Amino acid sequence: MGKLKTALIFGAIAILGAVSLAVIALHQGESISAVWIVVAALCVYAIAYRFYARYLAGKVLGLNARRPTPAVRHNDGLDYVPTPRNVLFGHHFAAIAGAGPLVGPVLAAQMGYLPGVLWILVGAVLAGAVQDMIVLFMSTRRDGRSLGDMVRTEMGPIPGVIAQVGVLMIMVIILAVLALVVVKALAESPWGTFTVAATIPIAVFMGLYTRYLRPGRVGEVSVIGVVLLVLAIIGGGHIAADPFWGPAFTLSGTTLAIAMMAYGFIASVIPVWLLLAPRDYLSTFLKIGAIVALAVGILIVRPHIQMPAITPFIDGTGPVFSGALFPFLFITIACGAVSGFHALISSGTTPKLLENENQIPLIGYGAMLCESFVAIMALIAATVLDPAVYFAMNSPVAVIGDNAASAAAAVAQWGFHITPAELENLARQVGEHSILSRAGGAPTLAVGMAHILSGVIGGEAMMAFWYHFAILFEALFILTTVDAGTRVCRFMIQDLLGMAVPKMRQTQSWTGNVVATALTVGLWGYFLYTGVVDPLGGINSLWPLFGIANQMLAAVALILGTVVLFKMKRQRFAWATAVPAVWLLICTVTAGLQKLFHPDVKIGFLAHARKYQDAMAAGEILAPAKTIGDMHRVIVNDYVNSALTAGFLFVVLTVVVYGVGACLKALKSDQPTVVETPAEHELTLADEAMDIARA
Amino acid sequence: MPRPSSSSATTGGADLLCACRDTLVRWGKDARRTAGLMIGQPDYDAYVAHAAVTHPDQAPLDRTAFFRLHEARRFGEGGGFRCC
Repeated sequence: MGKLKTALIFGAIAILGAVSLAVIALHQGESISAVWIVVAALCVYAIAYRFYARYLAGKVLGLNARRPTPAVRHNDGLDYVPTPRNVLFGHHFAAIAGAGPLVGPVLAAQMGYLPGVLWILVGAVLAGAVQDMIVLFMSTRRDGRSLGDMVRTEMGPIPGVIAQVGVLMIMVIILAVLALVVVKALAESPWGTFTVAATIPIAVFMGLYTRYLRPGRVGEVSVIGVVLLVLAIIGGGHIAADPFWGPAFTLSGTTLAIAMMAYGFIASVIPVWLLLAPRDYLSTFLKIGAIVALAVGILIVRPHIQMPAITPFIDGTGPVFSGALFPFLFITIACGAVSGFHALISSGTTPKLLENENQIPLIGYGAMLCESFVAIMALIAATVLDPAVYFAMNSPVAVIGDNAASAAAAVAQWGFHITPAELENLARQVGEHSILSRAGGAPTLAVGMAHILSGVIGGEAMMAFWYHFAILFEALFILTTVDAGTRVCRFMIQDLLGMAVPKMRQTQSWTGNVVATALTVGLWGYFLYTGVVDPLGGINSLWPLFGIANQMLAAVALILGTVVLFKMKRQRFAWATAVPAVWLLICTVTAGLQKLFHPDVKIGFLAHARKYQDAMAAGEILAPAKTIGDMHRVIVNDYVNSALTAGFLFVVLTVVVYGVGACLKALKSDQPTVVETPAEHELTLADEAMDIARA
Repeated sequence: MPRPSSSSATTGGADLLCACRDTLVRWGKDARRTAGLMIGQPDYDAYVAHAAVTHPDQAPLDRTAFFRLHEARRFGEGGGFRCC
């Protein structure tokens, strides 16, 4: 009876999903409603969760509800706390949801909506959610240890150290590219710059409030903070129009980049309660609120998708990022489909809070499906815009020129029509001087969100408010990530330097703190600055580097998962992790080699360097360089990017070699060789009786 | 689950109201707990209950000390990992 019911319900879901996917894929000509994409996604998630996650839990991993989790074994009420699954789900989702799933799909929209939708769905179901789930499983079986630790104990000390250095390199690139997204959104925008700047005094006020006035009252201070933020957004409009303050808050990209570095340094060396922690409250709650608002907005407004299903840019000639659909689509949409960074979260706090192993599918697999849905919504927000607007906003100045007339002419050549007046009018509606060449994802998403949310509340009159609300929410949580990430990198660097100079390891020491923080900020600041002055917009070269790094980390986590399955003597199920790992390796290694050796100067770093070297030899100076010194710097940057790409390739290929070695060794043994915390006291008979009584 | 047929309609209604209220209160509590954990603050009441069972001889941390401890940990060494 129960089986029949399940079969009927999921049969219906399967049919509905198949119909929606058919509409999405086969529809030509007239635009389709975004609701089809939402329905298709939800059906795919439901089926994947009900069948594949259950299969992974039962057959592949063999979850054991009787085996005590770290939270149960070490319950101390502080770090290890058995937490109700709904509560933990919310915590885990808030920790994995960041700017990545919002930015990647927006950039990938240049190839049309279909490739992005398919990769987000297939990637999440077969790779991303599998990775999150198995890492959570492995860490839970090992007292909540970190990914780097697990690589060391299961694969050996050398791959362990290599993986840790890899994580540091990835962090640096992530911080740089996220900071670049904010700079791109705020450059020449007094309204946006003012509201984001206003978050600093607001956060400091909140910090003092929770420290001295009403200690620990996070709820009320967050409400006050949100009210102040809304006032800052409204006030920003007046500031931007002011003849004195307007120009004062109109900053160039380079000024903003330097300000961000100074700010990132200060924010991460001062006590966390003053600025970092209170802004974290604001950004976390605003993030969840904005995601919910977007979901509700899409369902109420039911906007139509304007972007074609597939554009000609799948051949790699697109203006937003260079490179063909394979491998670059799978690099560009990282978070949302599969994100290596989640492996760090799933082996962080979450396993220490897990009540029971049988909740691993919900927390690990389920939360990733939600993240994937966020990516789907971001893709919808970008594709409901007129494609002409999308390309005018995301193409670099070098391609579309610096005014509305040249931009309209450029996008007309690609077959998308808009008048210069319409472009200028849209900029006025959202309260900006110009919306041209604002690559980076955030402004496009903000226009898309303003388009959807103003359809629910306020109409055109509120467009500017919603636009700046969206910019603020993205900037706020990116800045929180940048500051918190700078601190994390600082601790990693102090740890590494401590190998040579033991004094550096003391995290309380002021010298160690300042030196390591300055090094961290210098590292991401370097990539940020080169990104800002890049004539192709920076995102063009930095985002693929970030994508490659993030997907490689995912490959490392999935290789570890495969090794662990072999060592558990469950190798006949190892395809569940091995297949996505191999796919990610194919994509990232191909993309890495293309970034190094591709003859097109827009893709290959070395080809780009050679072009500048040849020009120098001929005595010419190429833009953006103005002097021979600039030319040298461009070439040095290309070599730095090349070295970094080669470093990523080295990290992942070494881990592959060690991973294959560990699997072969495990095959030879006829005993499981996995290094788990022993299940010393499985639940006793009395517990069992309790279990039965509860059920 | 079917209720005994002897219970009158009024008590059934009151029971339902009670059940609804309990559910709402539980949801509210869960929502507060989730929001707290999202910013790195676990449930204080759960901690006090736990401390009373395991260390009845020691006074538990007060709310402020508990708050500050977790605030420092979230951004301290080994903490603060956040997704991109």
